[in-house]
Amino acid sequence: MTIELRNISKHFGALKANDSISLAIPPGCIQGILGENGAGKSTLMKIFSGFLRPDSGEIVFDGKPLTIHSPDDAIRLGIGMLHQDPLDFPPFRVIDDFILGSPGGLVPDRRKALADFNSLSARFGFSLSPEARVASLTVGERQQLEILRLLWLGAKVLILDEPTTGISQTQKEKLFATLKALADQGMTVFFVSHKLEDVEALCSRAAVLRQGVLVGSMEKPFDMAALVRMMFGKEVELAAKSSMAPGKKVLTVKTGSVGSIRLRIKDVNLQVRAGEVIGIAGMEGSGQDLFLRACGGLVEPAGGQFCLDESETPMNGKTYHEYMRQGVAYLPAARLEKGLVPGLSLAEHFTLSVKPKGVFIDKKAAAALSEERIAAFNIKGWPDSPVESLSGGNQQRALLSLLPEKAALILVEHPTRGLDIESTIYIWGKLKERCAAGTAILFMSSDLDEILRYSDKVLVFFAGRVTPLIASESLNVQKLGELIGGVGWDAFQGNSNA
Amino acid sequence: MPFRETAMRDDKKTRIIFGLGSVLAALALTTAIVAATGNNPLQAYGNIIQGAIGSPNVAANVLVSWVPLALATAGLLFTFTGGLWNIGIEGQITLGAIFCTWAMRSLQDTALSPGIIIAFAIAAGMLGGIFWALLAGALKTFGGVNEIFGGLGLNFVATALNLWLIFGPWKRPGVASMSGTLPFEPELWMPTVSAQSRLALIPLALAVLALVIAFILLRGSHFGLRLKAVGKNPKAAYLLGIPTWQHMLLSFALCGAFAGLAGAVQVSAVYHRLIPSISSGYGYTGLMVAMLVNFSPVFAGPVALFFAALSVGSIQLPIVLKLDSSLAGVIQGFLVLFVLIGNGLRLKLLGRKRGSI
Repeated sequence: MTIELRNISKHFGALKANDSISLAIPPGCIQGILGENGAGKSTLMKIFSGFLRPDSGEIVFDGKPLTIHSPDDAIRLGIGMLHQDPLDFPPFRVIDDFILGSPGGLVPDRRKALADFNSLSARFGFSLSPEARVASLTVGERQQLEILRLLWLGAKVLILDEPTTGISQTQKEKLFATLKALADQGMTVFFVSHKLEDVEALCSRAAVLRQGVLVGSMEKPFDMAALVRMMFGKEVELAAKSSMAPGKKVLTVKTGSVGSIRLRIKDVNLQVRAGEVIGIAGMEGSGQDLFLRACGGLVEPAGGQFCLDESETPMNGKTYHEYMRQGVAYLPAARLEKGLVPGLSLAEHFTLSVKPKGVFIDKKAAAALSEERIAAFNIKGWPDSPVESLSGGNQQRALLSLLPEKAALILVEHPTRGLDIESTIYIWGKLKERCAAGTAILFMSSDLDEILRYSDKVLVFFAGRVTPLIASESLNVQKLGELIGGVGWDAFQGNSNA
Repeated sequence: MPFRETAMRDDKKTRIIFGLGSVLAALALTTAIVAATGNNPLQAYGNIIQGAIGSPNVAANVLVSWVPLALATAGLLFTFTGGLWNIGIEGQITLGAIFCTWAMRSLQDTALSPGIIIAFAIAAGMLGGIFWALLAGALKTFGGVNEIFGGLGLNFVATALNLWLIFGPWKRPGVASMSGTLPFEPELWMPTVSAQSRLALIPLALAVLALVIAFILLRGSHFGLRLKAVGKNPKAAYLLGIPTWQHMLLSFALCGAFAGLAGAVQVSAVYHRLIPSISSGYGYTGLMVAMLVNFSPVFAGPVALFFAALSVGSIQLPIVLKLDSSLAGVIQGFLVLFVLIGNGLRLKLLGRKRGSI
């Protein structure tokens, strides 16, 4: 099946998200869609999969124009989309989630669905239990479930939106193998990403969008430098790691333990010093998120001692707000869900972030503060822009700009998840500025390159176990990947770097 | 992006068009219903208008019923801003009335001057409203009970408590009556503008003051902004360092204070006694007003006045025409429904999230 997108245009208000994009894709091909955040990739794919309607243009299959008004239309025509956050139902059992979107009568044929599920699952070597709760799956497994579901519904075209954010290296390899197998069977796969290395490893063709316009396309083998130029319109260089001598202690964890009976992380010993960057690696769900939150008082530690500064008095049982008063700040990964307040403007966020002076808001001071922060953090937006109207990269910048000026320790979940290279560099540039001023950073990430590139020391979580701090110079992607997967742990005789 | 200004202006224009459309649709449907009952809709509307502003007396009645409605709405603006559905406001009004009655009963035989007794009684009413609202708030923040269910439950408890008092400990000498407790002595009645009028100026001033306070706090204060953040995203508000449950409880307390004041006004200025249906549904109507004005303190007062006029104006309907006075409720309900539908449609047509991809 040959797919053609002809002159697709879509605008939101005055913003042209897609400007007359035309693309033809032969069958059995993995088409990469590259571009930085806000380039229009997601819009194009949402139009293709029926979530949005184009202002003009058409979608043509084998010479026949299609009308797609809804995701339901799309899947009936064989187009299935796997969203960045899988659209599934966490409280459901896997098999119920699998059946849910299927057409058919009042009473679904569970037995047949189960048989189909098992045979499809076996075909790709997935090990999903049909009776497990969706909530208990990892992001990678939820993607597998969605892929199976879409295939079962008869998808012949599969669209994946940034599927490699939030999954481990091994899960990524498995995903890529699956996609390649599907393409070999004649399916067309659209792979939307801003990660060049993923596109290089997987795709047979790549198209690059920039500011809503298709700026170029390329077939394998790719000229990476040329792709970068197309994405950004210029060369981009990564910032080098700046090491400085670590200062006084800002966080000390002694035989710390977090989690419940289901997942208990025990005996974590950790010392974070001013100016240090410590990266936490581990497969999703290995407890690193719990640990990070415990370091900020957002979850109650199960045991051990969590001390701030040089103090010997543990902070256990104190709330996040008490941690905040001691100079701890927390940056969540879910920007719009946990970090920002949709519906409030940038200016209102800045006002909220500083200590209120008096009862009433000083409008003039607030405006001045917004101008200053927006300029300092290079946020593309106005003081009165609602935060939800900003792109992901700008939301992350806004989040950074809300941090208190004097922070002793910043805890960050996935600092650059879903961001393009340029934003990533910017965000880390800002974080490094903080370090130079003596702030320590403790962050978790599923991006191994990010961990190796920016951390001074690394902590690896695996199945309730934690390594001592490892100097990042002594690690590489391969070695770190193995540790995350549980290989090479014999070298550590327990965690003993107190 | 340079076209941003035009995009904003378009938005305002569509807003007005959709607003007008919604009002017209609500009127059209009401007209159709009146016509279907065999009555002349124009005559019905004329009657309502006559009944609301036809004489100084009825116009004063509109203001009398505006006071508790405006007070309830002003209070609800706080809880709505905090992202809370304070359905329990009916109970809070009732408790305000009960506390007020209790204070009057306890003080009426003392040597205190009537003005001081009334002031104490009003303050007691506000405390009663706060107490009942904080119960709903505590159930929500510490017990994990959704404020809608908690509030609904507390409304029933408040009604039951009220009836028990009227028919039990506070019953009229001799026989208990649905008409309420024994009226207070006339010198304990809040002074009205004239002997015949039911309109008292102090409650009117208090209602205006409540709306002004709501406006000032919600539009320009740090508290208002923080409450807004808590209402829209409690998780993010917490990470930004805002004490979330404290703000929620505070908004409950403020709403309860205004609701309690409304109840106290009904007792001390309107009925001069405690009656079984003392809250008269002003809390629920207040919810409608707050929704209709999209929680804006500016429009809350005028729209509450319009709703009060509709209610008072339709009292005559069953006498003059063979129409039930609930026609006012029908119009109010349709208005809220159509405005909400219109808002939804507008957002859908604008692509919901303008400018975001």
